[in-house]
Amino acid sequence: MENIELEKVASQVRRDIVRMVSAVNSGHPGGSLGCADFLTVLYFDVMKHNSANFSMEAKNEDVFYLSNGHISPVWYSILARSGYFPVAELSTFRKLSSRLQGHPSTDKKLPGVRMASGSLGQGLSNALGTAQAKKLDGDKSIVYTLHGDGELQEGQIWEAAMYAAAYKVDNLIATIDFNGRQIDGDTEQVLSLGNLEQKWQAFGWEVLHMDGHNMADIRATLSKAKSMTGNGKPIVIIMKTEMGQGVDYMMGSHKWHGVAPNAEQLENALSQLEETLGDY
Amino acid sequence: MIEIEVFGKKDTRSGFGEGLAELGKTNKNVVALCADLTGSLKMDAFKAENPERFFQVGIAEANMMGMAAGMAVGGKIPYTGTFANFSTGRVYDQIRQSIAYSKKNVKICASHAGLTLGEDGATHQILEDIGMMKMLPNMTVIVPADFNQTKQATIAIADFEGPVYLRFGRPSVPIFTKADAKFEIGKADTIIEGKDVSIIACGHLVWKAIEAAKELEAKGISAEVINMHTIKPLDEKAILASLAKTKCVVSAEEHMINGGLGDSIAQVLSRNTPFPQEYVGVNDSFGESGTPEELMVKYNIDTADIVKAAEKVIARK
Repeated sequence: MENIELEKVASQVRRDIVRMVSAVNSGHPGGSLGCADFLTVLYFDVMKHNSANFSMEAKNEDVFYLSNGHISPVWYSILARSGYFPVAELSTFRKLSSRLQGHPSTDKKLPGVRMASGSLGQGLSNALGTAQAKKLDGDKSIVYTLHGDGELQEGQIWEAAMYAAAYKVDNLIATIDFNGRQIDGDTEQVLSLGNLEQKWQAFGWEVLHMDGHNMADIRATLSKAKSMTGNGKPIVIIMKTEMGQGVDYMMGSHKWHGVAPNAEQLENALSQLEETLGDY
Repeated sequence: MIEIEVFGKKDTRSGFGEGLAELGKTNKNVVALCADLTGSLKMDAFKAENPERFFQVGIAEANMMGMAAGMAVGGKIPYTGTFANFSTGRVYDQIRQSIAYSKKNVKICASHAGLTLGEDGATHQILEDIGMMKMLPNMTVIVPADFNQTKQATIAIADFEGPVYLRFGRPSVPIFTKADAKFEIGKADTIIEGKDVSIIACGHLVWKAIEAAKELEAKGISAEVINMHTIKPLDEKAILASLAKTKCVVSAEEHMINGGLGDSIAQVLSRNTPFPQEYVGVNDSFGESGTPEELMVKYNIDTADIVKAAEKVIARK
């Protein structure tokens, strides 16, 4: 897919996000908007996956785990837009009996989701397990994860980071949504992450950087990361993003982490985002 | 005269180790993860015979639980091994989200449960784990009574699709179940039939219940002893059938009274046909260092406590 086509998908995904959270006056638009470009590239251009026939075991398919489950709106939109379930179902987000729970779950069998997430810090361990299972089976596919930067404050992430390097889990590409924001404020103020690159390097990982809002850079970096798999080291991409990307009044602060736009704000947001694939 | 055949004495954790080793030979999907306690969990044989399917995760139990869930996604049947304390309380949230809520086919195998861990003291003597695990939707909770049963349970849960908590212990205890007795999840074993009182026990307390039944017999009291090896799903039919006969019950477990097997039995009785119940278990207290035998006496979970509880509950009929 061309960059221009990917941008069109991302624009529609952003419209889905703000419409979904506004409709139920809850959910997490900030991080969702910030990761729309990355997930668009991952699902529409990079991953080997079968959306028409979802398989939990994913034999010979790449697997993605959303560790920061609160950005479910962007994932649900991406899953629907890439064919895992009908786009119309996005209107059920966070409503009673919906398969689109506030945070992702397997409980109601939503195609595309293999693990519940929401309580932070668990996705990297889940990915390690699947990556090791794939190695046992001689399956050359790759396991991808996405994490919030604030999520790295959880200790389990570093347990997993240590394991991945020690046991050479090199069929794994983790991405950090490095937007510098979390609920209580800037990450630097709440609990500084220090030098993230050095931390991951010290833990034995290959570290890459990318601009999470530049389609060409995302494609090039993911392509490079893929080429580095199988070399005895796990790979992490520190992805610079802007929380709320694409909606001007949401950018530049942590305030839209978990707040939904009202009707007027929604209209404003939609005026900034082109409808490219048709609203649900 | 009550006569129970005894086939020697062994620790239940060794039953787990043998069961796991057998699965290594018979089920290629079984993988094992251990958090730096391979010897204590008796996982050495599986490790030696299946090095590629054994995952040493180090002292990082949260990561172990998450990895196990991820391996289950890939179609494996992961068995995690560490002490009961680090298998439950330390990783409750990981179990809750990645295993129970996500309904992953992970077998959480927990050794050194309860007071009989002994000298290490209260930091390691978990007495709340059955309660924590039975509260989780989708979780099956199994507490086998001796070496043979632990081995059979270890093997049986591989064929059961879903999360399981399997609890066993450290001390050497009498073996009274048959080596070839197939383990059926959720089906209680009546070990001694009686008519005056039902003693429903799990784990190490089943043997204590047998001893208590012998003492009660000498006093002219006929006790029924039921090995309730599966706490969840609970064999309600077996409880109600026994109580229909005896009209009173003593629950016995190496666990906190709050949240344990006794609580589950009381729920069945209160919803169906209330009968007097006495609880043998630890009463809202942490343990301490000591030998297993000393601790069971001090914390009132020994044979004498079951006898006393039986006499008391019969008097309440």
